[in-house]
Amino acid sequence: MTPPLLVGTRKGLFVLEADAADHWTIRHHAFAGIPVTITALDPRDHTLYAGLNHGHFGVKLHRSDDLGRTWTELPAPAFPAAFPADEPDRPAPAVSLLWSLEVGAEPDELWAGTIPGALFKSTDRGTTWRLVESLWNEASRRLWFGGGYDAPGIHSILPDPRDPRHLLIGVSCGGVWLSPDAGDHWEIGGAGLVAAYMPEERREDLAVQDPHRIARCAAAPDRVWMQHHSGAFRSDDGGRNWTRLSGLPVSDFGFAVAAHPTDPDIAWFIPAESDETRIPTSGRLGVTRTRDGGRSFERFDQGLPPPPAFDLVYRHGLAVAPDGQRLAMGSTTGGLWTSYDGGERWHLANAHLPPIASLQFAA
Amino acid sequence: MPQVTFTAHLRRLAPPSPVEAVGDTVADALASVFANHPLLETYILDDQRRLRRHIALFVDGERARLADPVSPGARIAVLQALSGG
Repeated sequence: MTPPLLVGTRKGLFVLEADAADHWTIRHHAFAGIPVTITALDPRDHTLYAGLNHGHFGVKLHRSDDLGRTWTELPAPAFPAAFPADEPDRPAPAVSLLWSLEVGAEPDELWAGTIPGALFKSTDRGTTWRLVESLWNEASRRLWFGGGYDAPGIHSILPDPRDPRHLLIGVSCGGVWLSPDAGDHWEIGGAGLVAAYMPEERREDLAVQDPHRIARCAAAPDRVWMQHHSGAFRSDDGGRNWTRLSGLPVSDFGFAVAAHPTDPDIAWFIPAESDETRIPTSGRLGVTRTRDGGRSFERFDQGLPPPPAFDLVYRHGLAVAPDGQRLAMGSTTGGLWTSYDGGERWHLANAHLPPIASLQFAA
Repeated sequence: MPQVTFTAHLRRLAPPSPVEAVGDTVADALASVFANHPLLETYILDDQRRLRRHIALFVDGERARLADPVSPGARIAVLQALSGG
């Protein structure tokens, strides 16, 4: 049975369920009209969290104990009042986007990544939050800059399943960061990444890299995949060192990447034409898959819209179910597709959702 | 006492408008309302207690700032910019 899908969109959160014939219906629509930027499901207690961006009214956080039917609003992660600005002539920081939510090592523990590039921790199911000052105070943070937004942001938080106190996070644009002790100390990873958008002498600086999205194989956590602004990369040591992948059939630009939960050699990317246009290459939406650790790639588009299509899949718009066979993909044009054969054939689940920011299987 | 009216977009969180407030400035008057509605504050002010960028304040029909003084009979309105599609 296919797990429900949690879809964060420009106009609210949708919980969709599939029947035996693979028809997806909207079971719940929460926060109608309000952008939902990210969701998280804690598999330990089945709590669902949703990050909202009201625009006028700021960033909000809600929690559901019944998989999206009813919600309780919680205080959202926020910088402490009277927090110092980075520079005397700059405003003091305030959270402008909840970009990642991830369950932590201990029960009731949650991580939140935001724009600007800050990490927050909760130990009480999101009821209160604390800024992780150790990362905020990293000296090289002054080198970070915004990628697609005014300020840098944390979009990927990847605890190591072998020891969830070991964290890997991705910052656009601020590189890859590793913590061995649940955020008390940090070291920068990302050796081997190359930022083509930088002046030549700065392209290998670790703290200016723009990982668009990072995904980790749950069963082999040292295997990590990245869709970077300047290519697709693989790490075999948990994010310290990276190798650029070559031979991708269409383009190696894009935003989303997904890792197979048990097979470390399988990953999926969704290519886009270039950073200048951010549309499917030649108007043809497709999925790129490797099954041999990134040595070769296949491209699939069966069931996806014929060209010209202008669907872009954002960082959190590609999800894999625990079986590694079922995938889901949602686009900025509001298209939602599923696959049951590892991404080879796709089926339209809904063509008319609002622009999709995030999706995940409720599994 | 000053009276505060909140935009209808906040009716889920705000008390029925107008609500009586206490204070000599717009900020103090709003704070007296937020004391009983802590989540409401986060919709009007940001992390640093600054007025959110797309929120507008009026006192007796004139645009106002948080630091502006209010008279005992002032009518404070809290509005937001209109949204696009």
